[in-house]
Amino acid sequence: MIWEFLVQPFADYGFMRRALMGCIAISVGATPVGVFLMLRRMSLTGDAMAHAILPGAAVGYLIAGLSLGAMTIGGLIAGMTVALLAGFVTRVTALREDTSLAAFYLISLAVGVLIVSTRGSNVDLMRVLFGTVLALDDAALVLLSSITSVSVFALAVLFRPLVLECADPQFLRSVSGLSAMAHFTFLALVVLNLVAGFHALGTLMAVGIMILPAAAARFWAVGIGALIAVAVSVAMLSSLVGLLVSYHFSLPSGPAIILVAGLAYALSLVFGPVGGLAERVFPRRYLEA
Amino acid sequence: MTYALQFQGLTLGYDRHPAVHRLRGEIAEGSLTAIVGPNGAGKSTMLKGVIGTLRPLEGGIDFGGLTRSEIAYLPQQSDVDRSFPIVVADLVTMGLWREIGGFAGLRAAHHARVAEAIAAVGLEGFEKRPIGSLSGGQIQRALFARLLLQDARLVLLDEPFTAVDAKTMADLIGVVQRWHGEGRTVLAVLHDFDTVRDHFPRTMMLARELVAHGPTAQVLTAENQFRARQMCEACAGPPHTCGRNAA
Repeated sequence: MIWEFLVQPFADYGFMRRALMGCIAISVGATPVGVFLMLRRMSLTGDAMAHAILPGAAVGYLIAGLSLGAMTIGGLIAGMTVALLAGFVTRVTALREDTSLAAFYLISLAVGVLIVSTRGSNVDLMRVLFGTVLALDDAALVLLSSITSVSVFALAVLFRPLVLECADPQFLRSVSGLSAMAHFTFLALVVLNLVAGFHALGTLMAVGIMILPAAAARFWAVGIGALIAVAVSVAMLSSLVGLLVSYHFSLPSGPAIILVAGLAYALSLVFGPVGGLAERVFPRRYLEA
Repeated sequence: MTYALQFQGLTLGYDRHPAVHRLRGEIAEGSLTAIVGPNGAGKSTMLKGVIGTLRPLEGGIDFGGLTRSEIAYLPQQSDVDRSFPIVVADLVTMGLWREIGGFAGLRAAHHARVAEAIAAVGLEGFEKRPIGSLSGGQIQRALFARLLLQDARLVLLDEPFTAVDAKTMADLIGVVQRWHGEGRTVLAVLHDFDTVRDHFPRTMMLARELVAHGPTAQVLTAENQFRARQMCEACAGPPHTCGRNAA
């Protein structure tokens, strides 16, 4: 019974194994980036960037069909253009980054929807928006894993400047010229992971695997390392459970994965020992000093 | 005597409104100088000009032999995100940035220096405490420990003793005097004239423009204070264009 429910779908079907591997790769790559987004109070930036990559992916799709490379490059160009333009406007005008980012992502999203609806079909739009994790082929898996590997490596190299940029940006600016570099490389990592994620989960759902596990981890861990470890574990577990639920109940896999991550968030919100609701209702004894 | 800073008609401002106007003068190397003046006199703005976060509208600053990496700055309201999940030791370790940069590892000697800096500001036992659990005075002590590790030749402090208790203030003044004894140049924006008289040999009084600069006893006179207030009130009048932006 347990074997049939938990293991057989993966033992029997290659597409389920590839879907699981794809989701694990995204969990390892995107979730640590999500932790930093949360710590920098930029969780909604992830959502904005997810919308911003749409026109690039759509143009890639229209030029080359369901070409992984074309859609990836298109998405990267659109996402980075929005990130850089928003950053540029913030630095040279009086507008704050949240407003300039909102302005550019909305323009980008409108362009994307226009392109898809005038040149493609509703099916195409759904594919880009919600992904096709059960249709990941080997090439997609290799691309996805490569992107997330690059992301993990870049995050490791960038870790100290990024922590400082989050904890005390003014200090980083006073001692180093790395502030802008850290900020824009980080935004590039957000875009990179969203582009990797949209092949599996779609542009809208990809941000879910980035933010929900990070938000859940906040209720279980305190240090950055622990936060990342908990968040990646939650993301992996959500992927596994989401795929199984999707398989057994014939539900779309992307939303199923994100809903399981959402459930993990809700449970953490209630039972998490670090500032969760239960801890508020039944506080632990305070320390002596 | 050589100078650490020479203000050369420095004008700094926000949105074309000058907050420091045509400032001239020198800060001697190794001096301990208090910057005083009424609210809106341009004291914090001047420090931002020195650290380079504000570009001059006119004039400039000659740093003598100082490079930017030899200047440490503690802003009036530190930008430290108190909810960020790091501990005191991590915050203090940031002071080693110029030595270890963004990528080099920490050696045993670095850890020893971090521990020494934390002890010097009286925060032993707090190394593993999250910064979010510290009081205002304790966070100020931790920021002073970070400054200690920066090993800067010029230290800029913007109202460093605001909202700290008498014991913390006495300890932090001890740190400032240690820097002075080591020959470092210290510039501190202060409001409490008693503190300035007791601990700062030199004072620069600003009221958007320079009011007086020299030995503290000669600067903190009733006449200078009256003049500073009058000059600041005059600044509140309707603006006019001047300098290189003038039509």
